[in-house]
Amino acid sequence: MHEPPPSWSLEVHAVLQRAGIRQAFYVPDAGLSQLIELLHADPAVATTVLTTEQEGVAMAAGAWLGGQRSVLLMQSSGVGNCVNMFSLLASCRFPLLAMVTMRGEWAEFNPWQVAMGMATPAVLAAMGITVLRVDAAAEAAPTVEAAAAAAFDCDQAVAVLLSQRMLGRKQWVTQ
Amino acid sequence: MDTQTSLHHANRKVMNRHDLTRRLVARLHREEAVIGGIGNTNFDLWMTGQRPQNFYMLGSMGLACPIALGVALAQPGRGVVALEGDGSLLMQLNCLATIGAIAPANLLVIVMDNACYQITGAQPTATAARADLVAIAQGAGIANSHWAADEAGFEQLVERCLAQPGPHLIAARIDSQPATGTTERDPALIRQRFMRGIAVTT
Repeated sequence: MHEPPPSWSLEVHAVLQRAGIRQAFYVPDAGLSQLIELLHADPAVATTVLTTEQEGVAMAAGAWLGGQRSVLLMQSSGVGNCVNMFSLLASCRFPLLAMVTMRGEWAEFNPWQVAMGMATPAVLAAMGITVLRVDAAAEAAPTVEAAAAAAFDCDQAVAVLLSQRMLGRKQWVTQ
Repeated sequence: MDTQTSLHHANRKVMNRHDLTRRLVARLHREEAVIGGIGNTNFDLWMTGQRPQNFYMLGSMGLACPIALGVALAQPGRGVVALEGDGSLLMQLNCLATIGAIAPANLLVIVMDNACYQITGAQPTATAARADLVAIAQGAGIANSHWAADEAGFEQLVERCLAQPGPHLIAARIDSQPATGTTERDPALIRQRFMRGIAVTT
């Protein structure tokens, strides 16, 4: 049984369409699952499931080299996997639009998630990436829209953090 | 040409990176894009003449394949070559599984395997022991993966791979000679030249 997608996923997908996104890459997270389904169903977007998040940083660079805009989706635990590869963005002045679902904060139940979750905004900032945080579902679409403009019109690397409070309490298994 | 993966690395013909790279570039007649991996691999690519369709990596070891995959998806009408060394590919073997899954018809991966990290003092890599990059690529879903038996076999493989739908992988055992020069170090300029070279305007 699939529940109807929450409106923020639909709104963000519409923003990505308007921004001209042609490639999407992800390591899955339950909080992103409905947006991922929407991207897979979108014939204008080539959607790739990654083996590791850093692969997506490289694919985003490749997409831009080839003339296309892309979005990279991951969970906060994957940000650490990208650190060395973020150097590619700063060195060559590549844009990046990333969406990161947060773990290790609001009502977290798994202690192993806490360290990387706490470090995520600082790690991104340390690598020169602009961090925009979303705490309410209604803010998701306008924030992604602003991030896409900064990325593709202004050559910035931008990560939108979707807070755990907004996404709801994490459980091991989704219905 | 040698398509057997059972032949041990030590028994393969030893070729030379610069020589093979020249042979590759001479067969690029349709403005194919080439993503040159970090270190000697892209230095020797640079020394074959600075084609506008070449992208030279000065960092981010191991990511030539996923960068090439992004370019290949963005420009499906253009052939795209990822040129890597064994040390770099070993760091990101996972990218072969992604290429195997997506199966881009216009992507060719070429691995120059000297079984060592030449640039840092020729410390042996895992291919000096038992790892076989062609067997790994085949296992990752890139069925068209071959060892080049010799220089003529390398040329034949390149021509065949550029003419037929991929993805493909060609591996060549090479000597431990350093590159014949070094790439200029201006990453933003390298990016701009390459994008103009493959007709991208931003």
